[in-house]
Amino acid sequence: MAKSRQPRIGIMTQLRVFGLRHLQVFFYSLGKMSRQPFSTLMTAAVIGIALALPSGLHLILKNAEALSGSWDGATQISLFLKRSITEKEAALLQKRIRRLPDVDKVRFISREEALKEFKQLSGFGDALKALKQNPLPSVLLIRPTQNANNPEGAKKLLTRLEYYPEVDVAQLDMQWVKRLYAILETVRRGVLVVAILLSLAVLLVVGNTIKLAIQNRREEIVVMKLIGGTDAFIRRPFLYSGFWYGMFGAFIAYLMVQISMLTISGPIETLTGLYQHNFDLSGLNFSASFLLFFSGIALGLGGSWLAVGRHLREIEPS
Amino acid sequence: MIRFTHASKRYQNGYDALQDINFYMPAGQMAFLTGHSGAGKSTLLKLIALLERSSRGQVFVNGQNTAKVSRRRIPFFRRDIGIIFQDHQLLFDRTVFDNVALPLIIAGLPHREIGKRVRASLDKVGLLGKEKTYPITLSGGEQQRVGIARAVVNKPPLLLADEPTGNLDPDLSRDIMHIFEDFSKVGVTVLVATHDLALIESLPYRILQLKQGRLNYDSETGDTHG
Repeated sequence: MAKSRQPRIGIMTQLRVFGLRHLQVFFYSLGKMSRQPFSTLMTAAVIGIALALPSGLHLILKNAEALSGSWDGATQISLFLKRSITEKEAALLQKRIRRLPDVDKVRFISREEALKEFKQLSGFGDALKALKQNPLPSVLLIRPTQNANNPEGAKKLLTRLEYYPEVDVAQLDMQWVKRLYAILETVRRGVLVVAILLSLAVLLVVGNTIKLAIQNRREEIVVMKLIGGTDAFIRRPFLYSGFWYGMFGAFIAYLMVQISMLTISGPIETLTGLYQHNFDLSGLNFSASFLLFFSGIALGLGGSWLAVGRHLREIEPS
Repeated sequence: MIRFTHASKRYQNGYDALQDINFYMPAGQMAFLTGHSGAGKSTLLKLIALLERSSRGQVFVNGQNTAKVSRRRIPFFRRDIGIIFQDHQLLFDRTVFDNVALPLIIAGLPHREIGKRVRASLDKVGLLGKEKTYPITLSGGEQQRVGIARAVVNKPPLLLADEPTGNLDPDLSRDIMHIFEDFSKVGVTVLVATHDLALIESLPYRILQLKQGRLNYDSETGDTHG
């Protein structure tokens, strides 16, 4: 019985051949796609849009966080002092508070200053003139250090400050910060949900594209199976096509996001400038870009894997 | 090389394509499988190439019981069988060279080895020099020879041909049969399904005749059944 007609091939040669074949199929599938540039571009663009949406939302979120974080004094504690406290006593208290570990800055606003500021800002200046005496207390404005600049830390500091006998009312101005954090958290969840849904869409788009490719090459697959092609061998070009689709999609998404960011960065700078604020709109950094390309490729491979697993088995020579 | 013992094939719709087939083909033998269309020639070849599995009885190929070849092992099993089809089953978007090289690429041979073997194979079927052309530009006989070159490039011990001369004129058919004879002479087992009786009666090889799914005549044993 004629057996083992293959010449002996060393393991290194086998590995080299294996790698070379992969490389060939890698570029072969690329070449195959480049022969239908329009439909390839269409598919990649759909994937690109699906990937660009969560990426763009992620960027908006990140910039919003950066913006809110850079508004210094996000949390501020106001200590309204008792009316019996003199300016001298208040100055002493200011010094004592400044020495506390969680306190960054303390600003003293005397009753006169408070009145002046109130007149300026409220527009009730003339009405206040009618009052015989200044109704406003003096105030210490306390800004926590970076460590305590969060809801819990600030709250702790607040309870500590309330115990000073000179203090009438202590108030934490962070309701709006809490709200902002809550809004950002909601948006973050929303982005996550959108990202998951769109990932699913990418998976289906790639899966469907690969399914069509498999059907178009039915005869070729039959021939391969007839002459001893393993499933892995037949699967390979389709998986690489999925890889390329994912990669092109990610690239298109990258371009879309970066171009969009460039487009709105001008107006944003003007806007923040109007608020006397220097703010640099950040685009996709390295890790975000990496994540974008990684998920694009992973979804492309995953989608084609699904399609190949489902449809390759159905094609059998008869 | 091939042994059928009480092998039957009943399709799911209840049609009995083959019933109780018994024969043995030693390695290196060349034989013709004849019979009217629908007699079961293609089904018999399919059982050998594991395109179908027998519903009863056993089929041994190359020392292996085909019933014991798992789905995963089928590709490797088929690499030891060269199959030639009436409709050639060539890939028309690839050159002659690439078509013939396909079994070697699947087997993972190094590039240089592939070039050598493909040219040797094309030389054997008289198509050296056509490597770079596309199958669509070739005549029917030439396409069939490309199919043969592809079937033998991997040097399989067994060749199966299903109506290889079905669409060819007598002269071309004779050429194709001569190619098979050449392979048989170097030890390859060759089984050719054909209904071209005029052609095979002029050749000194074993004839297996199928009739309505049964082995009706075997020239080697002289038996006439049914």
